[in-house]
Amino acid sequence: MRAAVLVFPGSNCDRDMAVALRTAGADVTMVWHKDTNLPEGLDVVAIPGGFSFGDYLRCGAIAGRSPICRSVIDFANRGGFVLGVCNGFQILTETGLLPGALMRNAGLKFVCKSVGLRVETTESAFTSGYVKDQVISIPIAHHDGNYNLSPDDLAALQDQHRIAFRYDANPNGSVDNIAGVLSENRRVLGMMPHPERAVDPAHPSTDGQPFFASLLEQMANT
Amino acid sequence: MKARVHVMLKPGVLDPQGEAVRHALGALGYDTVEGVRQGKVIELDLSETDPEKARKDVDAMCEKLLANTVIESYSVEIS
Repeated sequence: MRAAVLVFPGSNCDRDMAVALRTAGADVTMVWHKDTNLPEGLDVVAIPGGFSFGDYLRCGAIAGRSPICRSVIDFANRGGFVLGVCNGFQILTETGLLPGALMRNAGLKFVCKSVGLRVETTESAFTSGYVKDQVISIPIAHHDGNYNLSPDDLAALQDQHRIAFRYDANPNGSVDNIAGVLSENRRVLGMMPHPERAVDPAHPSTDGQPFFASLLEQMANT
Repeated sequence: MKARVHVMLKPGVLDPQGEAVRHALGALGYDTVEGVRQGKVIELDLSETDPEKARKDVDAMCEKLLANTVIESYSVEIS
């Protein structure tokens, strides 16, 4: 599997993401935000966490309009797989590839801890390694993870089973306890929790391993 | 000419920062404050001299970048 990890000024989970993908067996290329083209023959683009452009204007707003993101939108529209974690999720909503927006946490505090996540669907390359309703332990670390979207968009997510993960206990005020959502073709996933911080035996949990393993397995079969 | 853009959370979208400010004002004894909404003001210096064209341009800038219309509304003043 060939993966690209985007790097913006202020990204800080890019190398963790690359390590998680490489450990699962992917061939990973780091791609700078000013590049206009993604590498050829790519299977997955990962947009990492961090504080791209210092969260100026809105989290993910500037990164979402960067040259490389135009290529990511084309890539997704051609059926490519895209993963956005934390700031990457914020960037994906800003590009319009995923619905809704991520606002300041309802409690106004930066929340950094491991949380229980319920796997709501296994029908995606990212979640097929889990069992439906399984609760996994994955860390969150964000100030703006309060997911908000219109009632119509929420109904569409629910009807199409596009809510990938829900929080067991809502840490940030997100609508319907939503922690991660899928695109209509189920190939774009945005989530606030960090699966790449739950893969190494030295991490507090290794519940992120099936996430990357199933992605690799699906890529091998396509 | 100049443009001033006001960006606010849409009515009905909970504004946790505005709420925190309201609580703080209450703690200072200002108990007549029933609601606070916090937004931002963005000032632009424009080389455009036609006010109508400037407004059109700034409206497009708001739609494309300055506001996230999923949760925010905006208004533009040209002077």
